[in-house]
Amino acid sequence: MNKITNFIITDIIKNKIIIIYTVILALFSWSVLSLEDNMAKAMLSLLNIILLAVPLMAVIFSTIYMYNSSEFIELLVSQPIKRKTIWLSHFAGLSISLSIAFILGIGLPIVVYSPDAAGFSILLMGLFITPIFIAIAMLCSILARDKARGIGIAIMVWLFLSLIYDGIVLYLMFQFADYPIEKPMVIMSALNPIDLARIMVLLKVDVSALMGYTGAIFKQIFGSQIGWIISMGLLLIWIVIPMWISLLKFKNKDL
Amino acid sequence: MIRIEGIKKSFGKSEVLKDINLQLKRGQCIGLIGPNACGKTTLIKSILSMVLPNDGTIYFDQKSIAGDETYKNKIGYMPQIGRYPENMSIIQVIDMIKSIRQFDGQTDEELWDAFGLEQAKHKKMRTLSGGTTQKVSATLAFLFSPDVLILDEPTAGLDPLASEILREKIIMERQKGKLILITSHLLNELDDLLTDVIYMQDGKIVFFKTTDELMAMSGHGRISKAIGYYIKSAAV
Repeated sequence: MNKITNFIITDIIKNKIIIIYTVILALFSWSVLSLEDNMAKAMLSLLNIILLAVPLMAVIFSTIYMYNSSEFIELLVSQPIKRKTIWLSHFAGLSISLSIAFILGIGLPIVVYSPDAAGFSILLMGLFITPIFIAIAMLCSILARDKARGIGIAIMVWLFLSLIYDGIVLYLMFQFADYPIEKPMVIMSALNPIDLARIMVLLKVDVSALMGYTGAIFKQIFGSQIGWIISMGLLLIWIVIPMWISLLKFKNKDL
Repeated sequence: MIRIEGIKKSFGKSEVLKDINLQLKRGQCIGLIGPNACGKTTLIKSILSMVLPNDGTIYFDQKSIAGDETYKNKIGYMPQIGRYPENMSIIQVIDMIKSIRQFDGQTDEELWDAFGLEQAKHKKMRTLSGGTTQKVSATLAFLFSPDVLILDEPTAGLDPLASEILREKIIMERQKGKLILITSHLLNELDDLLTDVIYMQDGKIVFFKTTDELMAMSGHGRISKAIGYYIKSAAV
């Protein structure tokens, strides 16, 4: 497994896109953190970009990478290597290289400017969001044989989780504003990895008071130790389940 | 060495393999012959578990290959159309497979030298011609001196000189008592190579005979003619 993972990492690093990604993340985070006097505000700007750009990059890059890797996968399957190893090595290779890019681009400036709970929670969430969307990308790439279709599905999933889902939540909130909707709201937010990551960071940046009554509920539920553990668990499930389904599909795929 | 029992495979509605039963032994050099789309490649890919049959079992050295991959250490496979990572050079592909296979013995680099791949080794796979890609595939198949060689249309796309080199290599390996399975639709190329012939049509085995039997039955001295004769007489 290590050999294939190593090979994939070197292959991705040779690909210049990942370097551009690192540089863009770095440019953005250095400028936001050094220009903004109010650290909490800077963190929020950073958070918004991370929750938009990181999943998008992870999902598109990984989907295309998996399609381009089909020859390599075919070659490996004809060799004495377990299919599981081939698939998990791809996941590991993509996760490690995109996470390194994230740590270099976002992690470094955060450690310099804001080495506190808020900073580290942003870092941690980025390191969850990256593999989550890689797992989703790998699932998309195995569900559709056609490349354009697979990339299309991947972008749709991203669009749904990062924009449409919030729209639905907001719509429901206004529709049922007269009812006690806090609990269902919490559950709905917890089911979307991007929303969950946002909440986890907001609770560490001292602005949850601005979120009103719902914010208080969030703080009460997600702020506790059990809430934290449950959230981590939910994010992990977002990695494990797509990965597991795609692995089952890959094991039964005809090449 | 390889036993195939009741293999069935369909892609969607089309049945590609219909209940294939075969027993392949060491020392045989088998020509797998049949018209286009008769299931030759699917059968070969099933042996390599690249295609997973819907039904039936394949045994390698008495052990079912389902869920096992160690048996592939003993197989050298040359695909019909070799597909390799485009950005890798020839030598990188060879080195990568070497490191993945963790092979202890001496690698067999005869074909590498004979094909003159040394001069081209830094060329990227994407820039290679079909013939050169085939040379890389052939080199990889023979590299680890495997007990079983599976060659899918080995000479397609090779120039006459290269295909003669490959032919001689196959004959040499046959003399070492290996099991060699070759598919081809160019019958006369195989003439003095084969010990046995499998003829497939519409996903079924039409016959599996030794070349001696075939020639005795048809009275022809060449395998290609004997097969042609047999097919015609079977059709009548």
